[in-house]
Amino acid sequence: MKVLVPVKRVIDSNVKARVKADQTGVDLANVKMSMNPFDEIAVEEAVRLKEGKEHHAAGTATEIVVVSIGVTQAQETIRTALAMGADRGILVQSDADLEPLAVAKLLKAVADEEKPDLILMGKQSIDGDNNAVGQMLAALLDWPQATFAGKLVIEGQKATVTREVDGGLQTVAAELPAVVTVDLRLNTPRYASLPNIMKAKKKEIVTKAVADYGVDVADRLKVLKVTEPPKRSAGIKVADAAELVSKLKSAGAL
Amino acid sequence: MAVLVIADHDGSAVRDTTHKTVTAAKAISGEVDILVLGQGASAVADAAAKIDGVRKVLLAEGEGVSHGLAEAVEATVVPLAANYDAVLVPANTDGKNYAPRIAAKLDVAPISDIVEVVSADTFVRPIYAGNALETIQTSDAKKVITVRPTAFTAAGEGGSASVETVAAAEGAKIAFVSEEMVKSDRPELGAAKIIVSGGRALGSAEEFAAVIEPLADKLGAAVGASRAAVDAGYAPNDYQVGQTGKVVAPQVYIAVGISGAIQHLAGMKDSKVIVAINKDADAPIFQVADYGIVGDYKTVVPELMSALG
Ligand SMILES: Cc1cc2nc3c(=O)[nH]c(=O)nc-3n(C[C@H](O)[C@H](O)[C@H](O)COP(=O)(O)OP(=O)(O)OC[C@H]3O[C@@H](n4cnc5c(N)ncnc54)[C@H](O)[C@@H]3O)c2cc1C
Ligand SMILES: Nc1ncnc2c1ncn2[C@@H]1O[C@H](COP(=O)(O)O)[C@@H](O)[C@H]1O
Repeated sequence: MKVLVPVKRVIDSNVKARVKADQTGVDLANVKMSMNPFDEIAVEEAVRLKEGKEHHAAGTATEIVVVSIGVTQAQETIRTALAMGADRGILVQSDADLEPLAVAKLLKAVADEEKPDLILMGKQSIDGDNNAVGQMLAALLDWPQATFAGKLVIEGQKATVTREVDGGLQTVAAELPAVVTVDLRLNTPRYASLPNIMKAKKKEIVTKAVADYGVDVADRLKVLKVTEPPKRSAGIKVADAAELVSKLKSAGAL
Repeated sequence: MAVLVIADHDGSAVRDTTHKTVTAAKAISGEVDILVLGQGASAVADAAAKIDGVRKVLLAEGEGVSHGLAEAVEATVVPLAANYDAVLVPANTDGKNYAPRIAAKLDVAPISDIVEVVSADTFVRPIYAGNALETIQTSDAKKVITVRPTAFTAAGEGGSASVETVAAAEGAKIAFVSEEMVKSDRPELGAAKIIVSGGRALGSAEEFAAVIEPLADKLGAAVGASRAAVDAGYAPNDYQVGQTGKVVAPQVYIAVGISGAIQHLAGMKDSKVIVAINKDADAPIFQVADYGIVGDYKTVVPELMSALG
């Protein structure tokens, strides 16, 4: 089974984003960038499918291809995935910050070429917080989708996915090929070992241009401004529970 | 300029997230219809018809849509969308699951998690875990939008819309297998006036149950948790509050042994009053808390229980 894993280069999750003074966006100059945390989980699961870790049979995945759409430095993100155990990478080079619909169309074009049996990806990118590309990619491919996966079981041509939903867990069975978007509890991603980082340097990354795919990536959304949310000011420290209750009561909160 | 709102319900009653989404819809158009997806959901449709300002309720009943399967919902909604300029869905896990799929089929850019309607084509939404708000204008003729319910007031009752039945589709290549829902007599996180949330400090599922739940019971509160508490198995996944969990805005949010990471704050910083109990006086949660107690929850929570009487 061939697995395609789309990975996005985003602001590191430990960095607090700062809005630019001119309200045109978020300041990313000299900010640490990393692989979107959900995408790390997707790469990890793909590698476990190959290695036969946890409940997966060894060799369930035979080839893992990672793809990133973004600036030249997204090569580093791909390289990280290769060091974790993916086999090869594709960079669709774009300096523009493409919208989810455009990303989904490009990923569809990549999937049409690569013909994976499974696309494993993050449920959400932590910059745009869209939670959209996986669902859109599944729609464009006319494949079933299983979002917010907390557990994945592959048997033959079927992916059984336990989804983290409001109220609890839902299990669905999707015929392959399918798109699965992963949630936080699916696994804990590994740190690449030094030998694997060295090995990854020899793995292939093909660079493509957006134009190679002939899809319409025009923006549909215009960002009018990006502002800071209203600030919440710190309140007071109270001495004990009794004072807390009386404060809450006099504030009308209880 | 008609708008279709897809209702959120529990099979017998309409959730107030629907009323809140109707409020967002009314800011876009005076013609608001509601679509109820389910199985045996006619009581839900009747209840939806009573929401103030609703023109018509459409009821689509089928197995796939009753489980919220995105493939079935998409195939049901896409033909209906021809009659509407916008489809609005509450930004819960069901809505997040199917809205982008519907958008892609319609070739429109979905707009996730709006917190404000500026005009019929311009919306505000949080990005970067709520550390920034973007105001975006769409050029798509049709819009597919998920609405963050906590950002809107609920539409009232008093409507008398008609109910019409429409065909529900089934999804291809996917089947519902089972579900395990957390049973609780407490209010739902999204609807609760008070929330008591526990973090990693609780240390075990037993301790979480012994400390957080009695306090929640005493206050008639819902229970939430940080990601760390959920990852460690102290609380079910559905309790997670934050950037990638639930977004809540109760009257009172009590954080017990939670540090206040940006991802957690993203889910609760719009609460009216925030209370933090943490033994570390420098924990970031105190920067957003209205009332903080620096101390060990093991002594503070029992004291709080007795202070509440
Ligand atoms: C992609 C991504 C998404 C995420 N999404 C979410 C999300 O949706 N929601 C979320 O919550 N987190 C999320 N996180 C995780 C987040 O970054 C933090 O790791 C998490 O919120 C920490 O949980 P915590 O505060 O319970 O644990 P900790 O940060 O470990 O804090 C525990 C706190 O308890 C205090 N404490 C310890 N013992 C006691 C005691 N006896 N009495 C009183 N206080 C005590 C400590 O001082 C400390 O402040 C996400 C992270 C990533 C990378
Ligand atoms: N530029 C991109 N390149 C590769 N994958 C992406 C890109 N943008 C989004 N994705 C994938 O889509 C998922 C969901 O992203 P989003 O819908 O933007 O929240 C991410 O976790 C990635 O797996």
